[in-house]
Amino acid sequence: MVMRIDCKGLYYRKQNKIIRNAAEEGETEFILDNANGQRYIGSGISKKIKITVNGVPGNDLAMFMNGPTIIVNANAQDGVANTMNAGELIVHGSAGDVIGYGMRGGKLYVQGNVGYRAGIHAKEYKKQVPIIIAGGVAGDFCGEYMAGGILVLLGLNRSEGEPIAGNYLGTGMHGGVIYIRGEVDEYTLGKEVSVLPLDSKDMKVLTKHLKEYCGHFGLDLDEIMAEPFIKLQPVSSRPYGSLYAY
Amino acid sequence: MAATSELPPEFIVKIDYDRCRRCKRCVMNCSFGCMHFTDRVVPEHKLCVACQRCVTYCPEHAITVTKNELAYKENANWSPELRKNILKQAETGGILLVGMGNPRDYPILWDHLLIDACQVTNPSIDPLREPMELRTFLGRKPDRLEFVERDDGEIDLATEIEPQVRLDVPVIFGAMSYGAVSLNVHRSLVMAAARSGTLMNTGEGGLHRELYPYAGNVIVQVASGRFGVHSEYLNTSAMVEIKIGQGAKPGIGGHLPGEKVDEDISKTRMIPVGSDAISPAPHHDIYSIEDLSQLIYAIKEATDYEKPVSVKISAVHNVAAIASGIVRAGADVVTIDGFRGGTGAAPMVIRDNVGIPIELALAAVDQRLRDEGIRNNASIICAGGIRSSGDMAKAIALGADAVVIGTAALVAMGCRICQKCYTGNCAWGIATQRPELVRRLDPQVGSARLSNLLTAWSLELKEILGSLGVNSIESLRGSRERLRGVGLDSQTLELLGVKPAGVGQ
Ligand code: SF4
Ligand code: SF4
Repeated sequence: MVMRIDCKGLYYRKQNKIIRNAAEEGETEFILDNANGQRYIGSGISKKIKITVNGVPGNDLAMFMNGPTIIVNANAQDGVANTMNAGELIVHGSAGDVIGYGMRGGKLYVQGNVGYRAGIHAKEYKKQVPIIIAGGVAGDFCGEYMAGGILVLLGLNRSEGEPIAGNYLGTGMHGGVIYIRGEVDEYTLGKEVSVLPLDSKDMKVLTKHLKEYCGHFGLDLDEIMAEPFIKLQPVSSRPYGSLYAY
Repeated sequence: MAATSELPPEFIVKIDYDRCRRCKRCVMNCSFGCMHFTDRVVPEHKLCVACQRCVTYCPEHAITVTKNELAYKENANWSPELRKNILKQAETGGILLVGMGNPRDYPILWDHLLIDACQVTNPSIDPLREPMELRTFLGRKPDRLEFVERDDGEIDLATEIEPQVRLDVPVIFGAMSYGAVSLNVHRSLVMAAARSGTLMNTGEGGLHRELYPYAGNVIVQVASGRFGVHSEYLNTSAMVEIKIGQGAKPGIGGHLPGEKVDEDISKTRMIPVGSDAISPAPHHDIYSIEDLSQLIYAIKEATDYEKPVSVKISAVHNVAAIASGIVRAGADVVTIDGFRGGTGAAPMVIRDNVGIPIELALAAVDQRLRDEGIRNNASIICAGGIRSSGDMAKAIALGADAVVIGTAALVAMGCRICQKCYTGNCAWGIATQRPELVRRLDPQVGSARLSNLLTAWSLELKEILGSLGVNSIESLRGSRERLRGVGLDSQTLELLGVKPAGVGQ
């Protein structure tokens, strides 16, 4: 059974309670129509449910989320996948600022652009590695403080001369990896990262995730892989180790 | 200090070779590598931090550690401390890092406040024979209560009460992260909290799985690094706290050095072994009171509105207005941390020069919330500088619902305030992850000592309440009329809302 909720004029607190309660009682699929800025959709839910959002969801979509799949058929706002632990989030549009903040696991696939501070302080532990892929470009401070995880920027549909990422790319980064399809100017990089070529292991990881990504958005994997990628990695896992006197 | 440094030793370790029986216990006990054994024990004075471990454990009492009196020639302007710091920075070019709270000689206002007592006209109460209520409930209280009459004539409460946390003693163990302190410290704190009916605070490093059964006695913290934060963690708690600031280092983030990130900590914090655990200065999803509100409600959504949410800030100049914003943003508890609060590591320049005293911050916040008619909307927790039950009673009279102890709890477990927490070499097994040192703190012993401390402070608080002629802590809360100031200027008295000693009602 699919539960359809008309979100028109529905307060977020009531809406999320309906979802939580129904999920608790075994409902596995939800369709939210007319979403218009309702916050915290899917937040903190640990059940393997599927939520389709028709309309624009509000901030902190999928915050602390732990298992569900969310499909957004519009743009998403700020704080998407904030401190998310597991699950999948597919945004058929662009997403706002601070997406994937402190993300610990799961997948965040954005078709279009992402705002400032994407993937900030993402983490990983052994096999639990969060993945963020954005089809377009990213704002400033992309991948700031990253301590783990994989962040991919494809830079598709860019206008002439538009950079793929803003300034301070990877600043404070001390773990994880950023893959970029195209080039970035040296001066836009944070001082804690270095640019490296991809090795076969990188290609394997990248192909695997991009295949899935292309499946969601009807893109051609070969076409995407035809352009060269670069890899950004932190210079040190201890960027501030020598900052202090004894 | 490195042995090769040109700095003069700060301390001199004297060994009475007549008493020493060469058992080498001091060599084993010194975690700072100060003691060597050749044909006898030879101390490397420069490495000594005066942690007193060897002194305590020498079976012959053959060791004394003294200050190196003339390490620096006397000068009232250029203190030894200042010269030492300049030399260190000249050698390294680095930021001076320190552990523990602000040690400087700023006025301690607790010591300028005195508590009232009953004489003749109103009777005092003997707490040993009459009941004394210390129970405190933390959380948002309703503006008014509404009741409905049932058919059978009984009366029911109609107002929905927001979640509350019950404390049997109004003392909470302060936020000290697993990483900064050892797991045995967390074990000791949580066991003592459970036994004494109060709470411990995880700090920003997550909660080790082993401690999940103690959920009812744990405040879980959400800080800018979001270490160990996931929905199960948020729900394994009595209360959730958003850490905005810490009294010892207002406005700055923190770095747990990679040396302290071992396998278990890596797992709890979700970062690779050996990498620095970096807490950014701000939460990057909070740039305004509206954003704070968004995080408060994100946590409430994730915990189904079942837990109070606290917001912890450092005591800074504008603390009263900030606290008002926090309460209006939906926080159920405001925790204010004064500039004397402890830390595992902070830049010295911040710790020693930034923030304001908790006494003034507390008084200002309580007054502001009262003036705005929103004092009932949140409980106030007072942290950073509570050293005794006397301080606690004064804090409660100034408006605190409960107080926090951090350093006092560590001292109860053996800490000698040597201020070397940031080195990871704590000889007392507290601020360290070195397995051979962690073992030095037995959680059974640690928790028993903490419980003893809380029991003692409860008894003392009851004595104070009795002498005041009241039988419940609620009667002291915010009752500034029961305080008087000595040696304080009129402006400070006004800010504290306290009359000078000698003035009657
Ligand atoms: S154990 Fe402590 S007091 Fe004794 S020598 Fe070592 S550092 Fe100094
Ligand atoms: S916790 Fe340990 S290192 Fe820190 S001050 Fe106390 S005894 Fe010294």
